[in-house]
Amino acid sequence: MPLTIGVPRETFAGEKRVATVPDVVEKLIKLGFAVRVERGAGDAANFADDTYRTAGAEIAADAASLWSSSDIVLKVRAPSNAEVGLMKEGQTLIGFLWPAQNPELMQQLAAKKVTALAIDALPRTLSRAQKMDALTSQAGVAGYRAVIEAANAFGRFFNGQITAAGKVPPAKVFIAGAGVAGLAAIGTAAGLGAIVRANDTRAEVADQVVSLGGEFVKVDYEEEGSGGGGYAKVMSEGFQQAQREMYAKQAREVDIIITTALIPGKPAPKLITAEMVQSMKPGSVIVDMAAEQGGNCELTEPGQAVVKHGVTIIGYTDLVSRLARQSSTLYANNLLRLTEELCKTKDGLIDVNMEDDAIRGLTVIKDGAITWPAPAPKVAAAAPAKPATAAAAPAAKKGGHGHGAGAPMSGSSLAMLFGGGALLFWLVGAFAPASFLSHFTVFILACFVGYMVVWNVTPALHTPLMSVTNAISSIIAIGALVQVAPPLEAAADGRPSGWILGLAVFALVLTAINMFGGFAVTRRMLAMFRK
Amino acid sequence: MSANLASAAYIGATILFILSLGGLSNPETARRGNLYGIIGMTLAVLATVLGPRVTAAGIPWIIGAMVIGGSIGLFAAKKVQMTQMPELVALMHSLVGLAACLVGFASYIDTSVVFTGAEKTIHEVEIYIGIYIGAITFSGSVIAFGKLSGKIGGKPMLLPGRHVINGIAALIVLYCGYAFVQAPSIEAGMLPLIVMTVIGLLFGIHMVMAIGGADMPVVVSMLNSYSGWAAAATGFMLSNDLLIVIGALVGSSGAILSYIMCRAMNRNFLSVIAGGFGTGDGAKVGAGGTAAPAGEVVSISAAETAELLKDSKNVIIVPGYGMAVAQAQHTVFEITKLLREKGVNVRFGIHPVAGRMPGHMNVLLAEAKVPYDIVMEMDELNDDFPSTDVSIVIGANDIVNPAAEDDPTSPIAGMPVLQVWKAKTSIVMKRSMASGYAGVDNPLFYKDNNRMLFGDAKKMLDEVLVVLKS
Repeated sequence: MPLTIGVPRETFAGEKRVATVPDVVEKLIKLGFAVRVERGAGDAANFADDTYRTAGAEIAADAASLWSSSDIVLKVRAPSNAEVGLMKEGQTLIGFLWPAQNPELMQQLAAKKVTALAIDALPRTLSRAQKMDALTSQAGVAGYRAVIEAANAFGRFFNGQITAAGKVPPAKVFIAGAGVAGLAAIGTAAGLGAIVRANDTRAEVADQVVSLGGEFVKVDYEEEGSGGGGYAKVMSEGFQQAQREMYAKQAREVDIIITTALIPGKPAPKLITAEMVQSMKPGSVIVDMAAEQGGNCELTEPGQAVVKHGVTIIGYTDLVSRLARQSSTLYANNLLRLTEELCKTKDGLIDVNMEDDAIRGLTVIKDGAITWPAPAPKVAAAAPAKPATAAAAPAAKKGGHGHGAGAPMSGSSLAMLFGGGALLFWLVGAFAPASFLSHFTVFILACFVGYMVVWNVTPALHTPLMSVTNAISSIIAIGALVQVAPPLEAAADGRPSGWILGLAVFALVLTAINMFGGFAVTRRMLAMFRK
Repeated sequence: MSANLASAAYIGATILFILSLGGLSNPETARRGNLYGIIGMTLAVLATVLGPRVTAAGIPWIIGAMVIGGSIGLFAAKKVQMTQMPELVALMHSLVGLAACLVGFASYIDTSVVFTGAEKTIHEVEIYIGIYIGAITFSGSVIAFGKLSGKIGGKPMLLPGRHVINGIAALIVLYCGYAFVQAPSIEAGMLPLIVMTVIGLLFGIHMVMAIGGADMPVVVSMLNSYSGWAAAATGFMLSNDLLIVIGALVGSSGAILSYIMCRAMNRNFLSVIAGGFGTGDGAKVGAGGTAAPAGEVVSISAAETAELLKDSKNVIIVPGYGMAVAQAQHTVFEITKLLREKGVNVRFGIHPVAGRMPGHMNVLLAEAKVPYDIVMEMDELNDDFPSTDVSIVIGANDIVNPAAEDDPTSPIAGMPVLQVWKAKTSIVMKRSMASGYAGVDNPLFYKDNNRMLFGDAKKMLDEVLVVLKS
């Protein structure tokens, strides 16, 4: 019996998103599920009921009938008390639940004996999990919207222009915090033509800032700020002092500041002081994306846009809802990917597999038992803390050489080669004495070893390869060494010992030049290769 | 030291040599690889000297020879400039070849080792082949050295009917081989052996003389291969497995390098060895004239180049032999450093046959302290040219010729090239409008987005650097 997925209308004030969109409904049905959507669920995000119906969903008249008839409920925000009341035993709930911030909700859900998957608890360092990472997709939307809000409040062009009426300088934008939202803001502002600078306590994001067209501003202080899991940590006092000076300097120079600095489970750090706001040019704009957690600017009023000291300070907490159609679509896709992971059999049934690292991390309540927090996934410890972003991270170049052992040969030439080889080996086997055969074996095997080893040499080192092979080919010295003064058991008469000695010693001099010179010059060359 | 102990030491040395080559797969491990090679060599030499086949009487001679040769070698290794590496390597190959000849002759006249029947024949064939390969390696390498150091002109010397001459020489060598094996005494065998040696020497000279400057990477790696086979042949003649293994390792290494170089020029190994560029003697004349590119050549000044570089975000530098000749690599690095500090993404694109030996450019850039992680192979960055603002070609020509891709009648058609013309602007640094070694005109120079910076590469780059610094 296939399960029914229910999508209620979001009840949180000002929330315009919806947990699924018509395109995704079709795909969920293909996975074998039945889908029910509450009447008017997509209205705020401009998805009409009819479009859901066309996609194959049933429309439920009200929340009560939807919750009672659904096996799986997809939501955006955590359920309200009233919604929890509508839940039934055995139901599965998926949405932003924030288990750390909402311990009471967790208790209530556990009491209802449901299974709850918190999309925000996804182990983000797992590369497989990126397609389900709703925090990233929503933060990207917020970052984009923050720039648009700033542009709306800002009285000038973003891009520099030279018009008949005179020259317009480009706007200068400073972005504090280069997480997913920050990076999206950098890309958007740079795309509009502004000069973009950004800062982050994690030095490793500098490359990503640059790749999106921004300039990375360093704090003049040595300390690494990666706190694991793609977030920053609280920094030392000395660092914060240096950071304040840098922010003060940026505030005097730039037209727009966008702050995105968040530390999980803590109030947002106050980066922009009242004095810094005062020092900004009139008409400047601050967008405080951390407003919900108290704000990065001292003068921010959460949820509002205010003008102080001639500076517009935007503290909207609903940036994502201000782009509801886009954010809903991305969120719905994240949930679709999650559903695919839960339903690998594509038969409309789900399996909450606690052995799977990604699903284990998401599952905060399993059949009424609180399973949060999940143990750290095995791979996360080894993986460096890297934000799960699509920004062009410096791709680790593979091994180095761009060639394999070439394309396979055609069948006929291969057959000829083998035929020729077989003939050669037959001749050798038929006529050569045993002592020769053993040397021949060694020779052929050594050719193969050489072949295998040398294909692995990176082209950058071909010159050192030549000089080192040259050096080791002076192994021929051994041939000369055994001729210098062999023990003559037979006292061979007529042996021109003088001649042989002369030839051998001369050969020895030549090979010694090669031996010492070759190794020394290789050493000299290799010492020059550096990162 | 007993014979068994010596053999065991040889096995150890063999392993060390294999590890030595394996270490070169990456610059991090390469230094250790070289160390393995040194240890392996020390082990092999000591095991031989202390082993049963060398008596105390020989030790002073050995020490004397090693000291003389070793000090010459160390001196040369210290003195050589990185731009002269191809010459040095060629010269060293010639030493291996000569040593193989000498050891072969010594082995032949040595009456203390007596073989009979099939073993005798095989032993003599081994001597014969060993000396022949040694002779070719020796004279070929000497000529290659002359060409690389500019003592002999770089143009291919094509004798009329050279394939016929080679064919006759091969027949004589075969006949002498027969006479040599049949010879009743050592004295009787000496004449065919010497005739063959002389022919081998001449053949080596002729072969390398007929090859043009741009094909030098193939020749150098081929001679590298030969020096290995010469060592392997010596190993057979002396029944020494260590020599056979090392010879085979070096031989196959050189063969692979030759193959890579040939593929990078989209040419057949045989046609390179047969000499000249193109397939026939007359092909070259017609080639230049078939598709004379139309358009105008636009030149640019060093100051304008600097301005262009300042305003760009992505720069790819394509060095060629011209950079080595002008010794411009240090200035290139200064410019790179300056641009990187300004946040410009500077990378280097290396064509496999840029320069005169495999990996030549990498060594030069490494000498100039360019970090190796911004030095890319052709395949790694050829797709990035469309997103590149400026590509700079320093003293390279054929490896950036769009005709290789666009013009199927071009002599270099099908050769993989660096697509510098796909960058927003390409700048070619060149002394004049002369064509490259292949004698092919380059349509790149006439493209709308191409600028020519005429003059000595080092001088021009110095000027660019001055403007960038100000």
